[in-house]
Amino acid sequence: MSYHVNEKGYYGEFGGAFIPEMLYPNVEELRQQYLKVMEEPSFKKEFNQLLKDYVGRPSPLYYAKRMSEKYGTKIYLKREDLNHTGAHKVNNTIGQILMAKRLGKTRIIAETGAGQHGVATATVCALMGIECIVYMGAIDIARQAPNVARMKMLGAEVRPALSGSRTLKDATNEAIRDWINNPVDTHYIIGSAIGPHPYPDMVTRFQSVISAEIKTQLKEKEDKENPDYVVACIGGGSNAAGTFYHFLDEKEVGIIAVEAAGKGVNSGESAATSVLGHKGIIHGCKTLLMQTDDGQITEPYSISAGLDYPGVGPMHSHLHTTGRADFMAITDDDAMKAGLELCKLEGIIPAIETSHALAIFEQRRFEPNDIIVVALSGRGDKDLNTYINYFGL
Amino acid sequence: MNRIHKKLQEEKKLLSIYFTAGYPKLEDTVPIIEKLQENGVDMIEIGLPFSDPLADGPTIQESSTEALKNGMTTKKLFEQLKDIRKTVHIPLIIMGYFNPMMQYGIDAFCAKCAEIGIDGLIIPDLPVDVYEEEYKEQFEKYGLSNVFLITPQTSDERIRFIDSVSNGFIYMVSSASVTGAKNTFGDVQAQYFERIHQLNLKNPQIVGFGISNKDTFEAATKLAKGAIIGSAFIKMLNKKGIEGIPDFVKSI
Repeated sequence: MSYHVNEKGYYGEFGGAFIPEMLYPNVEELRQQYLKVMEEPSFKKEFNQLLKDYVGRPSPLYYAKRMSEKYGTKIYLKREDLNHTGAHKVNNTIGQILMAKRLGKTRIIAETGAGQHGVATATVCALMGIECIVYMGAIDIARQAPNVARMKMLGAEVRPALSGSRTLKDATNEAIRDWINNPVDTHYIIGSAIGPHPYPDMVTRFQSVISAEIKTQLKEKEDKENPDYVVACIGGGSNAAGTFYHFLDEKEVGIIAVEAAGKGVNSGESAATSVLGHKGIIHGCKTLLMQTDDGQITEPYSISAGLDYPGVGPMHSHLHTTGRADFMAITDDDAMKAGLELCKLEGIIPAIETSHALAIFEQRRFEPNDIIVVALSGRGDKDLNTYINYFGL
Repeated sequence: MNRIHKKLQEEKKLLSIYFTAGYPKLEDTVPIIEKLQENGVDMIEIGLPFSDPLADGPTIQESSTEALKNGMTTKKLFEQLKDIRKTVHIPLIIMGYFNPMMQYGIDAFCAKCAEIGIDGLIIPDLPVDVYEEEYKEQFEKYGLSNVFLITPQTSDERIRFIDSVSNGFIYMVSSASVTGAKNTFGDVQAQYFERIHQLNLKNPQIVGFGISNKDTFEAATKLAKGAIIGSAFIKMLNKKGIEGIPDFVKSI
């Protein structure tokens, strides 16, 4: 069983490139070039240098002592929250901006949910002096005001998506339309492990620095490269893809993907795709997605803007269908509690997306000697208002 | 030979109209088709609404959202169309995105189209390569033409490939844009129309996107076999309703 993409862009039955002809030249150019470009020594050098000096990698692998004591197991946190711009997203945007430059593109578009990807894209565009337009759902613009301000300060134009549910999926539609209208000079930096092939694979490869570092760091700390479990929250699934990547073929490593159950998986207000979704096509790939019997895409719900997406990336659909990964769904309430708990136990304010992953320890028992690595995908500064309102702080 | 092939053999330039099924009102689908035929339209594209239409501009997207709110579904559309061939003889094409068709079941969808008398399908997000490998046989079994898009960015080599897989006509997107984005044609389009004309393809070409009036219709059909009007027709429906159809068609 392979958990990696095949040459046609499929993970098992999921993936592919279901795009209108208007996008074919762009996507085809990328498909033909991305592996070649990523292998170029000059590309590798520039990418690694920027990850080190600009992003601040390697991000620490932190042994969470008090949390480990509380849950009677060994918990490590992979500190992507310490990256420049505050989340894992920048690993991918650094990679893609270098890719775009090598493809001769002069204009960048992106979509964003929580704003982390938008900020990461605006940041690398500022770094390279390239025009940047970020599409963001009108509702997300309202609930992620600090990130909107950051993008503007970084010189990006933030365009509200006013259609549909006015959240991430609609921002993605708008970005794709922009790309259709500007096929020659524009590169679309997709922020998650979703989209037409080669995006899911390309994004996963850029994010795979996370699992590569986990291996090295765990070797230093525990004298073994493989933990017993790797855990990550999953909306589209880019931090999860990067956290899982180098463990996909290591059978002894358990993989746990944590989705947003919203107000409850069966409440009608949820984003738990693995439970509620079935096979379909969204944003250019065949994957699991939440939809009506008639094939209309359902509006998802989560308190975290970054998990508020009706699908998951095709790699994750494959991991779910084959049983390689366990999927868990965590409610808003449980996520918020887990987020606050991390603040009190470890002095770290996590992004609400990440809090979903942290909440599994209340629901699942691990052995005392188990080593569990949780991707701390982002920091919670952007979510202060949500924390304030939720807890009445 | 289906109705599309026969229609394409006629001498004239063809006027095709796109509208969204179930818009402005749920039960407007059949009356709109009948009215279009009555006023001399050559071919009709019936839009199957989708929640997330990537290739459509705001006008068509809003009509789709509205149609879905009105209660339009794939089953409902098939029900509405079940007796359409008693009154309508011009070619009918369903245009929609792949996901709703997949959920209905591709074989069941094609079978139903054949049963009703639908002549062809336009599925913008089903790439020609995937179609050829996975679905072509099925579509052909039911006598359905599958119509593919080409754009100014499509290479000559790929256009020839699309031409070889096509069976009916080629949908020539006038410019790099989503639907309803442009109002006039310039030199760039003229060169593109000329380039495609020079390729001497086996399938005739019908131009879509950016046709909104007599001028753009004439410019688009100078070298091509016909043209499709979508957004401009939806805008008219929105303003004047079905009663506005005769004047609209006359003005082209």
